[in-house]
Amino acid sequence: MTPFPFSAIVGQEEMKRAMILTAIDASIGGVLVFGDRGTGKSTAVRALAALLPPIRAIRHCPVNSAKAADVPDWANLKTRRAHEVPTPVVDLPLGATEDRVTGALDIERALTKGEKAFQPGLLAKANRGYLYIDEVNLLEDHIVDLLLDVAQSGENVVEREGLSIRHPARFVLVGSGNPEEGELRPQLLDRFGLSVEVTSPKDIDTRVQVIKRRDAFENDNAAFMLRWQAEDAAIRDRILKARKSLAKLKTPDKTLNDVAELCLALGSDGLRGELTLLKAARAYAAWRDDTALTRAHIRDVAPMALRHRLRRDPLDEAGSGTRVARTVEDVLG
Amino acid sequence: MDSWQQATLALQLLAIDPGLGGVTIRARSGPVRDALLRLADPDAKRIHPAISDEALFGGLDLSATLTTGHLVQEQGLLATPGPMILAMAERAPVRLAAHLAVALDKGAGHTLIALDEGGEPDEAVDAKLAERLAFHIELSNISLHEISTIPPGSAGQRPTAPPGGRFQRDASARALPYVPPDIIGQITRIAADLGIDSLRAPLFALRAAKAHAILNDRDRVTAEDVEIACARTLAHRATRIPEPAPQEPEAPPPDQMENQNTDDTLDIPDELLLDAVRALLPDNLLDRLAAQKARAGRGSGTGAARKGNRRGRPLPSRAGRLSDGARIDIIGTLRAAAPWQKIRRNATGQDGLQIRPADIRVKRFEEKSDRLLIFTVDASGSAALTRLAEAKGAVELLLAQAYARRDHVALVAFRGAEAELLLPPTRSLVQTKRRLAGLPGGGGTPLAAGMITAFEQAQHAQRRGLTPTIAILTDGRANIALDGTADRKQAATDAQQVAKALRANGVDAIVIDTGNRPEPTLRNLAQTLDAAYLPLPRADAHRLSQSVATALGD
Repeated sequence: MTPFPFSAIVGQEEMKRAMILTAIDASIGGVLVFGDRGTGKSTAVRALAALLPPIRAIRHCPVNSAKAADVPDWANLKTRRAHEVPTPVVDLPLGATEDRVTGALDIERALTKGEKAFQPGLLAKANRGYLYIDEVNLLEDHIVDLLLDVAQSGENVVEREGLSIRHPARFVLVGSGNPEEGELRPQLLDRFGLSVEVTSPKDIDTRVQVIKRRDAFENDNAAFMLRWQAEDAAIRDRILKARKSLAKLKTPDKTLNDVAELCLALGSDGLRGELTLLKAARAYAAWRDDTALTRAHIRDVAPMALRHRLRRDPLDEAGSGTRVARTVEDVLG
Repeated sequence: MDSWQQATLALQLLAIDPGLGGVTIRARSGPVRDALLRLADPDAKRIHPAISDEALFGGLDLSATLTTGHLVQEQGLLATPGPMILAMAERAPVRLAAHLAVALDKGAGHTLIALDEGGEPDEAVDAKLAERLAFHIELSNISLHEISTIPPGSAGQRPTAPPGGRFQRDASARALPYVPPDIIGQITRIAADLGIDSLRAPLFALRAAKAHAILNDRDRVTAEDVEIACARTLAHRATRIPEPAPQEPEAPPPDQMENQNTDDTLDIPDELLLDAVRALLPDNLLDRLAAQKARAGRGSGTGAARKGNRRGRPLPSRAGRLSDGARIDIIGTLRAAAPWQKIRRNATGQDGLQIRPADIRVKRFEEKSDRLLIFTVDASGSAALTRLAEAKGAVELLLAQAYARRDHVALVAFRGAEAELLLPPTRSLVQTKRRLAGLPGGGGTPLAAGMITAFEQAQHAQRRGLTPTIAILTDGRANIALDGTADRKQAATDAQQVAKALRANGVDAIVIDTGNRPEPTLRNLAQTLDAAYLPLPRADAHRLSQSVATALGD
């Protein structure tokens, strides 16, 4: 079944905004969506694929290389012609084994032809695209360690079964989960650029709207998709436009100051917070079609860029989102 | 309608619309459950909690490939849509639940009948999975005698058993029943009234209403459909009992009501629907909610004992397949193959050792996650006067026990205005004793601060796979608040708040009251913590350590 269209998702504005921002600037570094069951987390992530503009990649290249020179030798490609493919969105299922993630000896070829060949894993497939982990907080520790390393270096190194292979693995990490079932390690949290918390809508009209759309999607799929795919296409065009205007966007020193001041006041660890906040604010400004970065942009994206970088306070029941919002009020006025 | 009829109805609706996901059946195995399963699709695939990923998703059949010499692929159970029966569903690991949840979400026509044999309220199907199954049925309170007296018309009304896929085609071939416009709003409102946050629930109710209309060969959804659908899909998800709406001061004149009924909309008062659901609300709703809360936060997967095939204490090896990560038990494999050597040699005419895939034995290990005892000792002036020495003695005795069990120990002391981590988690007994002996007394009682320090250690330990337990030794007269001010009232509130956070994170705790008299505030604190409370007004160190050992459960 085709995924539910992104534009037809009712409410959840922050989640949608975060996803659009990463689509505009992939270097922001992914989204973490945390929330209760039945709030449309996985629906939104799966819908994201339809929003992403296609990329040019060499045909049959296992790591989706953009240029013929970048195709790894072990791929054994005869023709190296580029064609347009949809941005890869790769699912990393829970319980995926290490071989499946990093790639391993191709057992099929080893057994049938007696060849030692490399079978690329999910990390290769996700290169230049998205890697989606549902229930990211339940992921096993050894897979998390592996992901942390690759997400940091942008390169996957496989040394096993007599193979020695390295290939690029640059991807945007998208995770979703239910915080009741377990926390994420701070190191992994830090690898996500943005984080959003979703709750189910409290107001009846919105809820009715959700049910109605979902019902229409299931009953009259063709008509529904026709209606909303047009809206999705409009968002996609706007993303492309924003990507172009991002380069021309002015960043006044004053706003840089604001960013630094805000992060200092919040005491977020490291400089990654500042960088991400700045990138997200710029992408947001480009999305809004503004020519220069202002305080308003920073104020709007600060919670999603910073809330997962604070030290956790076990007594703060309101969550770190409110803490960020409060500090933003204090610092930016 | 009793639960047997509910159960058969649920299976019928599920057969009509696989989009309903499935049903959890909570009952011990027995003739009633067997009778119900006979009504389910005979082609349903049975799966069990320990099912491997290859069996679910398919893959390379390594041992078959090795024996036959050519590539043997096996197909996973999830490759073909259809009903599945998950036995012992309450024991399904998180990983399996997540896999099944994704499969159900894809809407490829899978349905799941989860057989939940849980005895205690907190033994239940994984919430993630239960959320995606429309129905929940308790079969434990009916006897075989009762179901045999039900006229065959209702129980046997199952649409003539076509296997999985055909139902779906049936449903889509027939035009979907017409849904009056205000029904969606009404279902959503009722779900909200029952405190159901998830939006899957009203969607299920809507689907169930349509399926029920199809079942009764109607081309439009009627009040009865909605009523039954809401009752079946919403009642078990309720998190609060809805308030009865205030009585309307004046009922509308009857003729006006009739007018409304004749036009296009269905006019069911919300109250009527709510009543239908309320009639089905489980009696033990509050208990179940409490059990759910208690379970929340403990699902991180690092349980006390984990069975795996990588490390830990070895368990007897088992016949198995050489799948990923499994380690072969060579001696066991040879032993299994030994008796057959002569026969095999005769059969194949080849010399040498002959091992077949069926001989392969795989190693299994049980990994016990280590326990960490975090002693949180009150060294304030009031405690120092009375019992600090005794508490020290008790901790020393406990340390000896911890040493014998190879538990880890950490020591937190709180006095004056703040708490201090005297000893990070260690197994060194000598060091612990030395630190403890040198522990000075005096000053105020910053109980909350001590608990926070202990909590931080506990979280740290959990992340490393340890199972932490916090033992708080205090006389309970907290008088220093978290911000360091001497405010008795604020100090007590702070302590309660930290206790709540501790409980929400599923950290085990023991509260030992070292005061001269049992202190009611400490008892409250222990309740908030869901911890054992040990008042030891005149205890000697030996009794204290015995009590703690019992409370720890071994």
